[in-house]
Amino acid sequence: MFNGKKRLPRAAVGVAIAGALGSILALAQAQAQETVKIGLILPMTGGQASTGKQIDNAVKLYMQQKGDTVAGKKIEIILKDDGAVPDNTKRLAQELIVNDKVHFIAGFGVTPAALAAAPLATQAKVPEIVMAAGTSIITERSPYIVRTSFTLAQSSTIIGDWAAKNGIKKVATLTSDYAPGNDALTFFKQNFTAGGGEVVEEVKVPLANPDFAPFLQRMKDAKPDAVFVFVPAGQGGSFMKQYAERGLDKSGIKVIGPGDVMDDDLLNGMGDAALGAVTAHLYSAAHPSAMNKEFVAAYKKAFGNRPGFMAVSGYDGIHLIYEALKKTGGKTDGDALVEAMKGMKWESPRGPISIDPETRDIVQNIYIRKVEKVDGELYNVEFATFEAVKDAGKTKK
Amino acid sequence: MTTLFTILFDGVAYGMLLFVLACGLAVTLGLMNFVNLAHGAFAMAGGYVCAVLVNRSGWPFFASLPLAFVASAGIGAVLERALYRHLYNRSHLDQVLFSVGLVFMSVAAVDYIMGSSRIFIKLPAALEGQVDFFGIGIGRYRLMIIVICGLLTAALQLVLARTRFGSRLRAAVDDPRAAIGLGINVPQVFAFTFAFGCGLAGLGGALSAEILGLDPYFPLKFMIYFLIVVTVGGSSSITGPFLASLLLGIGDVAGKYYVPKLGPFVIYTIMIVILIWRPNGLFGRTAAR
Repeated sequence: MFNGKKRLPRAAVGVAIAGALGSILALAQAQAQETVKIGLILPMTGGQASTGKQIDNAVKLYMQQKGDTVAGKKIEIILKDDGAVPDNTKRLAQELIVNDKVHFIAGFGVTPAALAAAPLATQAKVPEIVMAAGTSIITERSPYIVRTSFTLAQSSTIIGDWAAKNGIKKVATLTSDYAPGNDALTFFKQNFTAGGGEVVEEVKVPLANPDFAPFLQRMKDAKPDAVFVFVPAGQGGSFMKQYAERGLDKSGIKVIGPGDVMDDDLLNGMGDAALGAVTAHLYSAAHPSAMNKEFVAAYKKAFGNRPGFMAVSGYDGIHLIYEALKKTGGKTDGDALVEAMKGMKWESPRGPISIDPETRDIVQNIYIRKVEKVDGELYNVEFATFEAVKDAGKTKK
Repeated sequence: MTTLFTILFDGVAYGMLLFVLACGLAVTLGLMNFVNLAHGAFAMAGGYVCAVLVNRSGWPFFASLPLAFVASAGIGAVLERALYRHLYNRSHLDQVLFSVGLVFMSVAAVDYIMGSSRIFIKLPAALEGQVDFFGIGIGRYRLMIIVICGLLTAALQLVLARTRFGSRLRAAVDDPRAAIGLGINVPQVFAFTFAFGCGLAGLGGALSAEILGLDPYFPLKFMIYFLIVVTVGGSSSITGPFLASLLLGIGDVAGKYYVPKLGPFVIYTIMIVILIWRPNGLFGRTAAR
């Protein structure tokens, strides 16, 4: 009897505990459904770290401004550092998708990183938002890839068109010998020669050696109207300094190129040597719209420096995710989200942009800018606009 | 014709720069028989010290150069006493692993403190631009490099050949046991030499920021160049590395100018040819120990 009496309450307690556990589990599940997780994979260390930091900052800024709930769901960002090494990107993307069950993967500082994650996006039907990498082929590698940054072809073809139309007849090219450099060169040459221009000298600089002296001497001797230059972001400053040292600026040779070289992030460090360089690009911190002024002011206030084109690509990337969720009413089905993103149009700090419904790539204005001094700081001041430029790397096909 | 001289001039300046950066390595490798792959880290330290002094504290460029030397020499002296001396008698593989580890630590540390983007040192206006000398374009900054490095080389040669310290060092290298027996404080001589080599690297780092660019990956990017200078020059004296630096500098610049498509291969080709011809380097002899 005693035993039986004792057992009953125990069983009751057991049931109660099981019930409580069950309801906690149910609650947790309900909460999990209320959260939309975004796996942000960026290079936060290593040579590409400035890209990662800008995008991370911009995403934080956007979420501060717009709140972290959208369509009744709480947005959670999981930031991972891949150091721009594709092997890491792939591993991190897999962990995010399998363990953390993220609904989006986003970021991707360099092309190989974006490509490494592409098969995972396809397999798991998770939208991959590319916020930095700029090679044309990326969006063709998975139907779940949507890009908010740019392609190199966009800026290189436009600067080619512009140069041919603006009295530049002979151009010498100096590009770094790696995939983006070769892309830039090919697209520039294609449009520039089609417009009647002539490339008189073509030099490919090795990636590793930044002493431009002999190459610049060659440029000088070729006596072109302009030098088309594309070097990795960090080397732009060295190039401009040595360009001025060798007196190429005084001999009337202009510097033209895609705008990566004159990134807002680095411009002030280059010093006055950069003055007068004409580049084509998607964004300048000096873009004269009310929205951009507000964006630049908020970014400066929060992080102490000015945003570059990577920051604006990250800002638009998270905006795209928010808007897609609004459209699906908070549903996180990958196909529905990508469908919602296609054809989406909005006003970005860089100007009006949209997502091409066919290629899921970005369509945006490309601006021709010149480096000028504004209030004692160097800025890319826009003076001509080519509207709604699609990626030339794909329209060809 | 004038272009030829401009190329020659640029090549000499580049070579001189390589020499100042690498001669410390020639000393540690050749004289102390220690494989110090972290040599570039000391150069980077000097470059950053100079950059911070000039850009943030407003020091004049020429006053910051000696401080770059002192700072790197100081770091070198501390590390030599604390870490390096324990590895003098270890195998070369241990030394390589140790110093490569040091390189990665320095890269990460500088990345963390100074950020990963490339920095420039604000130069006085007098050093910018080119002077036209009978139609030959001469860069002022490069001219300054040639002058500074030329004076340094002459001074080094004098110290090694003519002073008591120089003879002690040579004795310590030739036969450390006999040198100790003669009352020479060999560890002290080595420590001082090591610190001095690091100081030179620091000075080179400060001078090279304008031409080679300064970022946290400097020690990795230029490690190979330093090693080429030392292997081609032979590491038993400083004349060898000096001539090797000049040869490589001129070869590199001229190669890139005249055959830009093959440019980056030229110095490696020079290196291979010289090493086949003289396996111990231009002025090599068999290792002292």
